[in-house]
Amino acid sequence: MTVFSHSVAGALPGASDSIRPMIFGPRGWAIFGTVVVLLAGGIPLLNLILPVDSSLHVPDYLIPLLGKFACYALVALAMDLIWGYCGILSLGHGVFFALGGYIMGMHMSLSAAQAGLYRTAFPPFMEFMQRDSLPWFWAGFGHPAWALLMLLLVPGLLAFGFGYLAFRSRIKGVYFSIITQALTYAVMLLFFLNETGLGGNNGLTDFKILLGFSLQEPTTRAALYGITVASVASAYVLCRYLVRAKVGRVLVGVRDAENRLMFLGYNPLHYKLFVWTLSALLCAIAGALYVPQVGIINPGELQPANSIEMAIWVAVGGRGTLVGAMLGALVINGAKSWLTAAYPDLWLFFLAALFIAVTLWLPGGLLSLLNGRRRGKA
Amino acid sequence: MRLPAWLQNRTAVEAAPPPRDLAHRLETGRGVILYMEGVSVSFDGFKALNDLSLYIDEGELRCIIGPNGAGKSTMMDVITGKTRPDTGSVWFGQTLDCLRREPWEIAAAGVGRKFQKPTVFEQLSVLENLEVAMQADKRVRISLFARPTPAQRQQLDEVLTLIGLSGERDRLAGLISHGQKQWLEIGMLLMQNPRVLLVDEPVAGMTPGEVERTAELLNALAGKHSVIVVEHDMAFVRAIARKVTVLHQGSVLAEGSMDQVQADPRVQEVYLGEVVA
Repeated sequence: MTVFSHSVAGALPGASDSIRPMIFGPRGWAIFGTVVVLLAGGIPLLNLILPVDSSLHVPDYLIPLLGKFACYALVALAMDLIWGYCGILSLGHGVFFALGGYIMGMHMSLSAAQAGLYRTAFPPFMEFMQRDSLPWFWAGFGHPAWALLMLLLVPGLLAFGFGYLAFRSRIKGVYFSIITQALTYAVMLLFFLNETGLGGNNGLTDFKILLGFSLQEPTTRAALYGITVASVASAYVLCRYLVRAKVGRVLVGVRDAENRLMFLGYNPLHYKLFVWTLSALLCAIAGALYVPQVGIINPGELQPANSIEMAIWVAVGGRGTLVGAMLGALVINGAKSWLTAAYPDLWLFFLAALFIAVTLWLPGGLLSLLNGRRRGKA
Repeated sequence: MRLPAWLQNRTAVEAAPPPRDLAHRLETGRGVILYMEGVSVSFDGFKALNDLSLYIDEGELRCIIGPNGAGKSTMMDVITGKTRPDTGSVWFGQTLDCLRREPWEIAAAGVGRKFQKPTVFEQLSVLENLEVAMQADKRVRISLFARPTPAQRQQLDEVLTLIGLSGERDRLAGLISHGQKQWLEIGMLLMQNPRVLLVDEPVAGMTPGEVERTAELLNALAGKHSVIVVEHDMAFVRAIARKVTVLHQGSVLAEGSMDQVQADPRVQEVYLGEVVA
């Protein structure tokens, strides 16, 4: 753990070495690479190659579950980047996650329909909604390149526009958080409408293929899981670079003393917009990876409570650490999977108790238990 | 006190890192670098500044004194773009209209400010604080890839030595003492290498030895930089001042050398004899 959270640069005497942005030292890269290869490659291999009765066999149901957790870890990274390092608490990141999910859902539905895998030439929801033509904005989503472009453009532009208006008006702190809650609620109401043309209440489901590969195949599922883990790893490297580069110091400055930063010649609006939009994009990518593994996207993902839960992952794991945020997402969702099955009534009590306990006794989050230190910043 | 060469010699620094376009366009007519003319600010009927006019020459060291509420901090807020006046005009050099610019544009053009209460980034190390302050292009896309050049590293080390914080380089700025924070903020001001330094109560909370060092530093900076110091400590003002401006109720009451100002009966009245010591 220490390798991930501290550079070795401080050990070098002489000139100002510790201001050199460095993602990992050689040892850090080795450990990071090993962990990623084991997680992204090892687990699918244990699933695909080992016989079912082997004690090391990873059962089929576990692969999409772990993939789902990896998506949540990516969301937690995105949250930590803005909250932990820039002090922007979003309680509406579910919007970007769901937008990414819907865009992936539209692509999978339409490409399966065009390949003739459904009874009609349209995605199944059209049938029970008794529509006979697709809404105009579905055009082009059958093509993966168009879907990918939209995956970046739609959440990106929404985040940029929303962020510009909010940050330009100097909306900060809880006021900003409340507005993001309102945003996710408003988008949820919109997506619930049948007239919106995204399957209303039921959302999009019954996906068949992705890029021509059947989603029922164990190999496809294993590959999706591996790609998700690789995406989380890449996002982690990107975020770690950012928080260690000069831009990361400026973000901490925005968080702790925004006015001071202005008088040093920085425009805080630009820095906030940059990191906010990037965070939204990471969240959208997480949503897009989530949907093929879970098999459904519906407006439930937009419930305000979902977005709040994302913030709890980061708070529990440890803000401003990146690794802690991912840890929090894994621990809470692992506990959720187990508890909601074993003691369904207890889950919310457990979550609340955990959150209160961490807030009271572990301000640095679970990661501070591992590190044995309370300091939040990497 | 010996300043590093880049602080003594403006042209050398200006050639090194290309500053933002604003700094290039800033031509100072010979002489005056900061004009304030007829500036008035009122807060809910209270006139914080009342038809204030002030001219600062290039390389000048000016002390601003005045009783509480005389408008000293408001004046700095107006110059740095934090407060917009009701009337008047403020120009930095001949081309930068401070009233139409945002605070970061004014700062990037070369107006540095040290606050009364030392405000440093407590969660960053001492070195990182200086690095954030360092004169550079401060747009996002530049900060993404910026790495200090060898010349900049040397500047960082020189300032660390100058402010006596070499030993605290990697400590969090939140953990150093109040006096050290004052010095760190002065260091951040130096790293910006501004053309005008606005220094608000620099010696509050400093030991006599530190006060002396600060006086020495400000004196060394004047000449190449214009320095405006707001201070209550009269001994300190006497030690550094060449020209003193007394503010009272938002406008200039008297201006001149320390002796002239102290001899002024109106000033004596305002200060109730405080100045005459």
